[in-house]
Amino acid sequence: MLTELFYKLRKVQIPVSITEYLTLLGALEARVAGFSLTDFYYLSRASLVKDERFFDRFDQVFGEHFRGQETLFDHVLGEIPLEWLRKQKELNLTEEEKAQIEALGGWDKLMETLRQRLEEQKKAHHGGNKWIGTGGTSPFGHSGYNPEGVRIGSEEGKQGRAAKVWERREYKNLDDKVELGTRNIKLALRQLRRFAREGAADELDLDDTIRSTARNAGLLDIKMVPERHNAIKVVLFLDVGGSMDPYVRLCEELFSAARAEFKHLEHYYFHNFLYETVWRDNSMRANVRVPTQKVMHTYGADHKLVFVGDATMSPYEIMAVGGSVEHWNEEAGATWMARLLAIFPYAVWLNPQAEEYWSHIPSIGMVKELMSDRMFPLTIDGLERAMKKLKKAH
Amino acid sequence: MSNQRFTGTDTYIVTEDLMMAVNAAVTLQRPLLVKGEPGTGKTMLAEEVARALGRPLIQWHIKSTTKAHQGLYEYDAVARLRDSQLGESAVHDIANYIVKGKLWEAFTAETQPVLLIDEIDKADIEFPNDLLQELDRMEFFVYETKQTIKAKNRPIIIITSNNEKELPDAFLRRCFFHYIQFPDRETMEAIVGVHFPDIKKRLLSEAMECFFELRDIPGLKKRPSTSELLDWIKLLVAEDIPPEALREKDTRRAIPKLYGAMLKNEQDMHLFERLVFMSRRGTGAN
Repeated sequence: MLTELFYKLRKVQIPVSITEYLTLLGALEARVAGFSLTDFYYLSRASLVKDERFFDRFDQVFGEHFRGQETLFDHVLGEIPLEWLRKQKELNLTEEEKAQIEALGGWDKLMETLRQRLEEQKKAHHGGNKWIGTGGTSPFGHSGYNPEGVRIGSEEGKQGRAAKVWERREYKNLDDKVELGTRNIKLALRQLRRFAREGAADELDLDDTIRSTARNAGLLDIKMVPERHNAIKVVLFLDVGGSMDPYVRLCEELFSAARAEFKHLEHYYFHNFLYETVWRDNSMRANVRVPTQKVMHTYGADHKLVFVGDATMSPYEIMAVGGSVEHWNEEAGATWMARLLAIFPYAVWLNPQAEEYWSHIPSIGMVKELMSDRMFPLTIDGLERAMKKLKKAH
Repeated sequence: MSNQRFTGTDTYIVTEDLMMAVNAAVTLQRPLLVKGEPGTGKTMLAEEVARALGRPLIQWHIKSTTKAHQGLYEYDAVARLRDSQLGESAVHDIANYIVKGKLWEAFTAETQPVLLIDEIDKADIEFPNDLLQELDRMEFFVYETKQTIKAKNRPIIIITSNNEKELPDAFLRRCFFHYIQFPDRETMEAIVGVHFPDIKKRLLSEAMECFFELRDIPGLKKRPSTSELLDWIKLLVAEDIPPEALREKDTRRAIPKLYGAMLKNEQDMHLFERLVFMSRRGTGAN
């Protein structure tokens, strides 16, 4: 029964593993949870689900799996839960209702019948008019229609919350199926790490200090080294606006991951394709622009260029003079691209468009050719391939 | 095994699911990872668990520069080098220069302590991975002195995260997890109740109304949370603001008093003021 729940969770891609399953079993064995489904729900959620994004999906699977089995834990007890018997007093019955209860012979009779039926009944039951279960007209169970019906195994009753916790699905808007978390992006970008010591010597080099102190006949000789940095330098060019709008979220994630990962990260924006100017701040794009020429002069050839764009446009925007959708360009975009690539041997183009559509869009083929095939899809796998490519000069 | 159960304290209201998560973690002696919006009482939880169970609390606050081994121990080679120059006798025993970290402290404590690892997501992305073995087996090896430090009593470990970085799967697999959801109105009233037992009923309900309305404004960068509400109520009580002032029928003065306690950034303030301005204009036209 639990194993089945486990596989159902895996099926909806909640990352549960054997370890977590065993933990849950351990907790059950240690009697952490009482005999109520709500307790079990809380316990299984705390041990199986490790990210609030999956809470909603978990609630759905849990609800589906245990539907109609709310009385399950009462069967485990094998008798009417004492708790419930105690609650008898809490029930506020109107005179009318009490009269109806008399129909079955009063409370005592009702209780007795219930006890009998619990003994007769061996498994969960839905519908019908006698057995304890859900949706029936028997006086026992819940979601039934008998006015003298008795709800069994309902902890929530006392708080006035009829819906079960997992049925409320409070975590609905936390579920998102973003495939690329920033962690994954960071790990992919990490491929590009190259540590080097540069700059001011402000860190004690323990090994060297000990070595030279020993050589110095025990007189202290302190050696310092510069801190180890990730020495990779990256210039990021991001396509904004128009056809890129659906990918904004993805690009933002990539950008923030790159920010965290690379100490030397410069970024520029362009629209559709690269021409004589780029800009750093989208709100100022109309007045503050940086000539592409200047970018070429500012950064050394050891900088790695990463273009992010869907490369989906009219072929004129790449090949023709005056082809830009925004302004009159004196030189074709392809010319500018060729200039950049001649200076910077390390460059890749990341395309958020799914790889299988590339062959249908002529402009993607053209850009890919310009980049001499160094175009990769913006997925974890694509990023990893791109980073590998960036390690080698073209 | 401890038979104590955590059921909240007189100053800390816990929901049923949080109670279950804490008790599961205590019973099975596994770490409990707590996430949630800032200001929903994640750090408080560890303090209150320690207080309720009568355990000492050891706090390890994580910064972006914190390394995993700093929690275990550090070898102060520089001090030893200096002492050797001065001819101190302590220099012969390397153990004198091993500085114990928080985990070591927790492992060797006489009574089972509560160890709080606060804001684990602040550290480097590899930080949680470096602690896997230590948290799992509750032991580690000190290379300098060739000794193994093993936990006398497995500490109750509570880890908080603000979701700034995602945590690795291998790490998550070893923890219980709880997401502190933003409290509903009922719970919130109970929380305010334990902090301000003497607050006037009407002031509380007006303040609550204001607060939840404020939280519902779409597009706020940082929505006010429990700790902000408590601060705000503290101010209201201190200034002795009458409940009527919070619910001005006259929309021209609709900006709630002292709302600076709840909105913490400039954009949110502007957004809020603009909304108030617009609603004012809206009622003016009617």
